[in-house]
Order: sequence, then C-alpha cells, then structure tokens
Amino acid sequence: MKLNDIAEIVDGHIIVNSTGGSPDIVSVCSTDLMSDVLRFATKGALLVTALNQSQVIRTAEISDIPAVLMVMGKKMEREMIELAMEKNIALMVTHLPAFTVCGMLYAGGLRSCLED
Amino acid sequence: MKIKDSIEGCFQLMGGDFTNAGTASSELKSILSKLGVSQEVVRRAAIAAFEAEMNVIIHAVAGTMHYVVSSEEVRITLTDMGPGIQDIELAMQEGYSTAPDWVREMGWGAGMGLPNIKKNADRFKIDSVMGEGTTLEIVIYTRKD
Repeated sequence: MKLNDIAEIVDGHIIVNSTGGSPDIVSVCSTDLMSDVLRFATKGALLVTALNQSQVIRTAEISDIPAVLMVMGKKMEREMIELAMEKNIALMVTHLPAFTVCGMLYAGGLRSCLED
Repeated sequence: MKIKDSIEGCFQLMGGDFTNAGTASSELKSILSKLGVSQEVVRRAAIAAFEAEMNVIIHAVAGTMHYVVSSEEVRITLTDMGPGIQDIELAMQEGYSTAPDWVREMGWGAGMGLPNIKKNADRFKIDSVMGEGTTLEIVIYTRKD
C-alpha cells in the first residue's frame, strides 16, 4: 500500500515524503517500544507510534522500516524531522489514536508484521 | 561479496548522548552495504550493533564499537567503561532490565537488548567486570556454507 493511500485512510498528513517514489508498505508494526521494533518488525513495515523522538527514526533506519506514522497528533521536534529527511524515512502524522489507526489499516487490508 | 583483506574501523561512544545514539550503528550499516555484504547480514549486524550501542549510551560513561569485516564474517566488539553486569544469566532473560524510568520513557530499557543481540548473532560473548566495564563480541557469518 502506498503512503498516499495510508494517509487517506487514517486522515493523515505527510510531513516527510520519501525521495525516489513512495515505498510499498507491506505490513504494520504498532508500538512505542523501540526494542520491540528491533526484535519483531520486518522489512518494509509501517511503524505506528506515539513516541515523538529522533530515536524512532534511527530505529526505523536500522530495521529497514521505510515509513513512520505518528498518532495522537504528537508534535515532532525539528531534529526528528530533519533526521527523517536525511535518512529518507517517510513521516506522517494523524490526530487519531493508535487503536483507531490500526483498526482502519486492518480494514484497509494491511496486517501485522508478525503475520508476514 | 568481494573482500580480499579484512576491513576494520572504530567508533567512539559517549554515555548519555541520546542525540547521537545510533549514529555508529547507522554508519556501520552503510559501510557493510557498500562492501556488498548481503542485505540479511547487514540488517542482523545493524540491529545487534544498535542494541549494543544503546546499552553503552544508557549504562556506561563511554565506550567503543570496533568492527572487522572479512569474507567470512562481520565481527563487532563493544567495550565500555560502565558499571558491569552483575548477573549475566539474568541479564540475558527477556524482560529483565536495570534501565531507569526516564530511559524507558524514551522507548528503551524493556529488557530485550541482550536477548535480541543473541538472536541476531551467530556467535555472541559477554565479559563483564563489576565496576570496570563490559565487553560484547558479536560475530555474524557472511556466508552460510
């Protein structure tokens, strides 16, 4: 699923777009624990999180996660946005909570990265 | 992968420096990719290195991450000036952590680091002396035969 489709489903706003075309999101990992991302997330997953820190982008980069969706309309520091641009990690934000976002993405056809 | 001789390098790590936490592992990932190491090995090495780097940032005063890449393996050695690990067997258990609350609020300290390093490594060794520091040796084979 492309970023624009995800943004439409979750009423999201794309803050950082990937250069070189939208990544094809194959699954979803929803957590605020970066250790869980490193342990369980699979390549190509979308990370849904409420953690608004640069460590999220570092973790995404290391785990081959191409896009991060920030929930609850959390504000992001400039460093986090700049790092996402530098590392070519797409960044989206929605005012909706993680529970609702995951329900919408599930209904839209995406599944947990643990089901890959 | 075409590496005739081994290639090595070293990164300095500063304890408590969360702003730059992960840059060493990020750079290592980029170096391994450029050397033509397989994507699967690059990902495992990057994840293991990142977990180990975060442990140094969270627990130690300072440390180093040294890497050697050969046609056989990727070897990552982390040496820190930290408090040491009192009970390594306990520290290897999923969910056991001594990280303070403020670290947990940043999404770390869930007690998954060392088990996850072990999961991604083909060989993994910990040496620790209380009050002096800890050395982690992570080896990932670059070919499966």
